[in-house]
Amino acid sequence: MIRYIIRRVLISIPILLIGSVLAFFMVAGAGNPLAELKAKPGTTPQQIADLEASLGLDQPIIVRYWRWLLDFLQGDWGQSIALGQAKVEVFDSVMRALWITARLVVGAEILAIVLGVTVGVIAAVRQYSIFDYLATSAAFLMFSMPIVCVAIILKTYGIQFNNVLQDLGFDRWLSTVSPAEGGFQGSFGEVVFQYTGTYLLPTLSLTLISFAAYSRFQRASMLETLNSDYVRTARAKGISQRRVIFRHAFRNALIPVSTLFSLNAAVLFSGAIITEAVFGWRGMGALLVSSIRTFDPYMLMGWLMVTAALVITFNLVADVMYGILDPRIRLA
Amino acid sequence: MPSDPSPVLNPATPGGPVRTTVGATGSEFDTTKARKQSTLIIKRFLRHRLAMASLVVFLLIAAFGFLGPLFWTVSIEDTSSRGYLPPSAEHPLGTIQTGKDMLAQLIVGTRLSLAISLVVAIGSTVVGVVMGTLAGYLRGVVDSAISRFVDLMLIIPQIAVAAILVRALSGSWYVVALILAAFAWMQTARITRGETLSLSQREYIEAARAAGAKTRWIIFRHLVPNMVGTITVNTTLAVATAVLSEAALSFIGLGVQSPDTSLGLIINENYSQITNRPWLFWGPFVIIVLISLAVNFIGDGLRDAFDPRQTKVRS
Repeated sequence: MIRYIIRRVLISIPILLIGSVLAFFMVAGAGNPLAELKAKPGTTPQQIADLEASLGLDQPIIVRYWRWLLDFLQGDWGQSIALGQAKVEVFDSVMRALWITARLVVGAEILAIVLGVTVGVIAAVRQYSIFDYLATSAAFLMFSMPIVCVAIILKTYGIQFNNVLQDLGFDRWLSTVSPAEGGFQGSFGEVVFQYTGTYLLPTLSLTLISFAAYSRFQRASMLETLNSDYVRTARAKGISQRRVIFRHAFRNALIPVSTLFSLNAAVLFSGAIITEAVFGWRGMGALLVSSIRTFDPYMLMGWLMVTAALVITFNLVADVMYGILDPRIRLA
Repeated sequence: MPSDPSPVLNPATPGGPVRTTVGATGSEFDTTKARKQSTLIIKRFLRHRLAMASLVVFLLIAAFGFLGPLFWTVSIEDTSSRGYLPPSAEHPLGTIQTGKDMLAQLIVGTRLSLAISLVVAIGSTVVGVVMGTLAGYLRGVVDSAISRFVDLMLIIPQIAVAAILVRALSGSWYVVALILAAFAWMQTARITRGETLSLSQREYIEAARAAGAKTRWIIFRHLVPNMVGTITVNTTLAVATAVLSEAALSFIGLGVQSPDTSLGLIINENYSQITNRPWLFWGPFVIIVLISLAVNFIGDGLRDAFDPRQTKVRS
């Protein structure tokens, strides 16, 4: 197992490297980060040339890539070229944004798996019951919803819910803005109140979308194991219904679901970008959008490399899980 | 499969259940017409009620987008009216902030969103099938190269790369469509590769190769027709995914741009009005959900039609 993990990590290094070359060329070719400054009245060509030289933009692209790569590997991810502000270190901004997004994504993913798997199992065990029909149609509906709209609708009703709370004499609970810098303040009760209020709606909108995929997948795979021969044998031996479902059917039904976990990683990140845009969070989504708008090359590279590394990690975790759940698969 | 169907000798049961007469070789013992595989598939699909209803809904939406301009001739460029007018005879859905007619916006948005998703679905299917079959059939170096390339394409969220490229190139609908297609073929490639790996072990492929068939012939004449079910279902589902991706991309302002419009862009422009003028938000929203739902159900119906063994387990 350890050897497998080490081998996989080693394989992912060239993939990341080739990916970084492609990404660098794409980002560098996308546009000139100084275009806005050039268009500004009152900037002399000399100023532009000086800035280009200080940022290394006057070098050929291969040289720029090589310099970036050497610096990147040594932990110097470069500086943002956002104009009109103090120079921002890419590493710091990406990590700060990642910390905000990661808490959202991880919470939503765990909730989605737990809810989706539970609902999928119940729907399969009680196939064609009212619960099954409700769960299946809800999943189908959520599966067809744009996450933008789910987030917008949740936000709208969250605000209305707040208004109702206020009318009843309580504090406004649900927050529809980015979590405050510096964390939540106050007593334990207040922190819990702020924390849940801030995270509830964005987490919910991300969860609902992933939940649909998990519950549909889990239901199908559970039905397949429930109809298999070994489950029939287990029943014939007189094993209790509960034990048959949890020991025999459920464990095996989890195997295909773990593949969904790895496929879901990139989807989840895309969803987080949108959710953050709706709720105005200053996470990875906002960072991406603002860096694209200004063609900020080093910021974009930092963003892309961190995301790529995360998705690779997710895939590795999913494969290891696959091996643990299904001993027939030898990870070698 | 004979190309000309043998004549119906028993007209008493036209359209009745297919009765195959095992062992009866002479045409006078035949009780039913020979049927083509495709006829059977179409029949099974037509019997799938939910899928048929969804097909009708999908065609209605397509008609709204593509034939709408024949009946509603207001231009989406026309900003002569005041902004945020309530619905009236002149503007059945009111106007948006810039004074543009909402109905005209919806018609164009629906058309372009549909056009984008169709281009994405077809484009990604063609690329995915070619890549997948090549990898699965040729194996070896080609397989490794294509598979690693797919891995590479999958490590960065599609929406991020698409957004960068849209910003760099342009926000016309066909550029957005091509960019989305360029990052949507990997799933199809993986699926067709897997299926090709198992199909190319069959005797008929071996026979074709022994007879001297070229790779291109084997891929397009033997492999692809045998995967047509999987491919069709996958293409259908890709339409749904593409509608949602386009909406997401246009929402963050890095997708379709004015003067073109799309359902995602309409939502982006109007969602702040959800409480004051709800129709401006719910209109495009309902169309997106209907397209996506209908296409998913059509995909389900197609899956059942192509592979009736799967009907027992509906997911």
